[in-house]
Amino acid sequence: MTVMIEKMKKKTRTNNLINYAIVIAAFAVIQVMKSTGNLSSLLNGLLIPVCSYIILAVSLNLVVGISGELSLGHAGFMSVGAFASAFFSKSMLDAIPFVPLRFGLAIVIGAAAAGVIGVLIGIPVLRLRGDYLAIVTLAFGEIIKNVITIFYIGIDGNGIHVSMKDKMSLHLEEGGNVILNGPQGISGTPKNATFLVGVLLVLITLFIVQNLINSRDGRAIMSIRDNRIAAESIGLNVTKYKLMAFTVSAALAGVAGALYAHNLSSLVASKFDFNLSILALVFVVLGGIGSIRGSIIAAVVLTALPEMLRFLSDYRMLIYAIVLIVMMLLNWSPKALELRERYLGRFFKKTAKEGK
Amino acid sequence: MKKFTKVTSMAMAAAMVASMLAVPAAAEEAAFKIGGIGPLTGAAAIYGNSALNAVQMAVDEVNAAGGINGYQVEFNAQDDEHDAEKSVNAYNTLKDWGMQMLVGTVTTTPCIAVAYECANDNLFALTPSASSPEVTAAGAGNVYQLCFTDPAQGTASAQYIGENMPEITKVAVLYNSSDAYSTGIYEKFVEEAEAQAFEVVETQTFTEDSNTDFSAQIQACMDAGAELVFLPFYYTEASIVLKQANEKEFAPVWFGVDGMDGILGVEGFDTSLAEGVMLLTPFAADADDEATKAFVAEFEEKFGDTPTQFAADGYDCVYALKAALEEAGATPDMSASDIADALKDAFTKIEVTGLTGTMTWNENCEVSKTPQAVVIKDGAYVAY
Amino acid sequence: MSFISYLVNGISLGSVYAIIALGYTMVYGIAKMLNFAHGDVIMVGGYAAFTMMMSMNTSPLVAVLVSIVVCTVLGVLIETIAYRPLLEAASSLAVLITAIGVSYFLQNIVLLTFGSSTKSFQSVVTLPNLKLAGGSLVITSTAIVTILACIVIMIALTLFINKTKPGQAMLAVSEDKGAAQLMGINVNGTIALTFAIGSGLAAIAGVLLCSAYPALTPYTGSMPGIKAFTAAVFGGIGSIPGAMVGGILMGVIEIFAKAYISTQLSDAIVFLILIIVLLVKPTGLFGKNIQEKV
Repeated sequence: MTVMIEKMKKKTRTNNLINYAIVIAAFAVIQVMKSTGNLSSLLNGLLIPVCSYIILAVSLNLVVGISGELSLGHAGFMSVGAFASAFFSKSMLDAIPFVPLRFGLAIVIGAAAAGVIGVLIGIPVLRLRGDYLAIVTLAFGEIIKNVITIFYIGIDGNGIHVSMKDKMSLHLEEGGNVILNGPQGISGTPKNATFLVGVLLVLITLFIVQNLINSRDGRAIMSIRDNRIAAESIGLNVTKYKLMAFTVSAALAGVAGALYAHNLSSLVASKFDFNLSILALVFVVLGGIGSIRGSIIAAVVLTALPEMLRFLSDYRMLIYAIVLIVMMLLNWSPKALELRERYLGRFFKKTAKEGK
Repeated sequence: MKKFTKVTSMAMAAAMVASMLAVPAAAEEAAFKIGGIGPLTGAAAIYGNSALNAVQMAVDEVNAAGGINGYQVEFNAQDDEHDAEKSVNAYNTLKDWGMQMLVGTVTTTPCIAVAYECANDNLFALTPSASSPEVTAAGAGNVYQLCFTDPAQGTASAQYIGENMPEITKVAVLYNSSDAYSTGIYEKFVEEAEAQAFEVVETQTFTEDSNTDFSAQIQACMDAGAELVFLPFYYTEASIVLKQANEKEFAPVWFGVDGMDGILGVEGFDTSLAEGVMLLTPFAADADDEATKAFVAEFEEKFGDTPTQFAADGYDCVYALKAALEEAGATPDMSASDIADALKDAFTKIEVTGLTGTMTWNENCEVSKTPQAVVIKDGAYVAY
Repeated sequence: MSFISYLVNGISLGSVYAIIALGYTMVYGIAKMLNFAHGDVIMVGGYAAFTMMMSMNTSPLVAVLVSIVVCTVLGVLIETIAYRPLLEAASSLAVLITAIGVSYFLQNIVLLTFGSSTKSFQSVVTLPNLKLAGGSLVITSTAIVTILACIVIMIALTLFINKTKPGQAMLAVSEDKGAAQLMGINVNGTIALTFAIGSGLAAIAGVLLCSAYPALTPYTGSMPGIKAFTAAVFGGIGSIPGAMVGGILMGVIEIFAKAYISTQLSDAIVFLILIIVLLVKPTGLFGKNIQEKV
């Protein structure tokens, strides 16, 4: 028995190490390409968004795959993180000229803000089950988007001015600076994000999530997912563990938002809508629910895919939709899986044994 | 089972990375390479398609007439789905293609993000329709506007109402609070209204997520006794507002901005609803000068739609670039950065007469042209 | 007087939501899936009717019928090609994602076919408007027809489900697929029938939506779709009277929120009320409470 457990532990450890190795190897390859001048502008521009989508996907996988709850409002947390951190960076532009410090603080603030909102939303929401929980997270996502768009916040010599009507109601004096401009969001966030920071944040996210999964708490969360009543009967505090997963996930989504915001000079709340929440869910489901590595790969593939299809011009998004449907059918339909097993099974027998 | 997924997706990822590798540009016949960015899919697709189709049309014309400084022009339009992130991706795609100057982006929010990139790379951009002052600010001298700025339109509209319509005393404003263009005009309109004889009695808003039903807003304008309602937003929503107001038998003077142009071209729209609508616009598809007529006829033949001001602005962009390139004597073998320097120098010197009037540019990269007040009579635009 | 006017507008908007919500709720009841492409089927219905009326110059009634046929066929096709292979999949999320894919597909195929420009829609209702209280209260004929259509559809659906064999089969399948199969019910056929009815209703909703709010673009369906989905959950997803009541309440709350609180926050208010209702009654207004077994 103990031998088996030891073996399993070793296997998860190797599995986790492989994930770190993949990320580091990808980083190394990109760096080599960059230094030899083989990196196209497009790929270079995609690096940081891809990193933030990876973080978003992995964090959502914590809720959907590990905790077993369907969340359709994850973009809302990313939005909170993005706006909180961008707000901080823009208002502290002169106060903290040292970039690593300011950006570091901005990320922490983004994560904390999203985490706090995560707790506030998690407490009522996690009482619900299944699709009802999904719809309430969707509703919160929409509320976050809606509420951010009505705030106008500016800073001048007299301090911070807030209005919910329009820019003029701020009554800023000469030289005042509008930080958050209602639906037009925040523009002019310093472009501090670099690929190195992105990769470091991905590694930190992996570290947090993988360690959580393999900890005592993680096993408690998964046991609640598998059988809530049984877990309750052995004395696990269901609400506490569910809230823990939800909050960590929200905070990490906030990190993704902070990274995203510091890569684009124009940030609007409408970006973080229902479609982005769904996109994050597509990463998770396509990559395999509960599989961290799958989420990473799916996030990379699906972010790059529409860019790769640009040569199709008008047909680009149509083909994207078809590819998405076909990939889902091939990866999830029991019939397709059976066929694949029959014809391709022998090629993958060896690896399959090792993997599972 | 999962293995297969991973293997296939990794193979796909590898293929993608391979296809993304920079390919050294092959030496070809020298031609100016103009990039274009705008929403070709997604909810804002209509604006991007109008503008970039017209750009393509103008480029074809220019090429047929011998090109610019004797060189042909290549145009490459990329989709940004009205999203800042996608817009930067499109910009990078165009850079890989070898873009030397940019027409775009069409919509404001993505344009701010792209403008920063342009300033960073010292690439010249001329936006047909991103009208917020934040665009030129972000572009730091590299991004010029061909359309009116939002403040100019808001101020001009308020002045026009104040000076030419003395019978109007009560004005209501309905604007799209989730849109930079609409909000920008609204802010300046209200500011200027203070100095005018009329009073703004009601301000109503809507957002992109709730733009199907306007009955509550119309009722509020009615209850406030508005004699004129200012509608600084696009004609898609305006067509619903007009229909719903008609149902409520509310008939004030409707006053629109250049975004309203195009309402008569909406397929299936009952034009009698737009009877008496006034708007300030630099372009009207029904104008009877030769250039406009030829442009409208060709556009309709090629794309099946009546061109809007987006199309006219896109078309004018090409001729403005042509004038500036000729002024600067630029050639396609110059680097994008050298062309940018030359164009920045040339743009403040040129004067271009296009479909949207006679244009000159100031040091703030803003255009100066005169809007015309038109009124819709019997389903056609008539100069007021 | 404004109050009554707001109320009528709310009920009229809500009736459109209700008809869309009926489609959502029926499909959910049977297939236990959130069909996010439903909103786009509505949009296709709108385009079908538009094409008939503008290009073929048919009467509105013919246009509506053609639109129903187009959407019904489309609904069954979507179900057979994209959803059926996944109904037995390991996770119910798979089919949800495919529905999103179908939604993108429909939007883009319409964009390519009809272009991005807005189409305006002549109301299919050509009756005069109703004027009350000396003309100070106008109720449009479109609103009246929408509300009546909604009531008729709800009654017809309830009768269909409770009084006919296929309707009973639907109930049986939604209760327990395995047991229904053992009783000799054609489960796949029943699910396809549900999609056919739901999509036919979507066509009617599409025509009515575009009659009341005449701006048709390839993305017209998505926001009403999400709101109707919310309405279905509001009323208790799977319940037909629930969808009806939920839809109408959504419409009324939305209009009142716009009129009396804030036009910018109207969506947030609608969603907030939804959350409060679900926290008090976790399965919606008319939802069945299913006891969890150990």
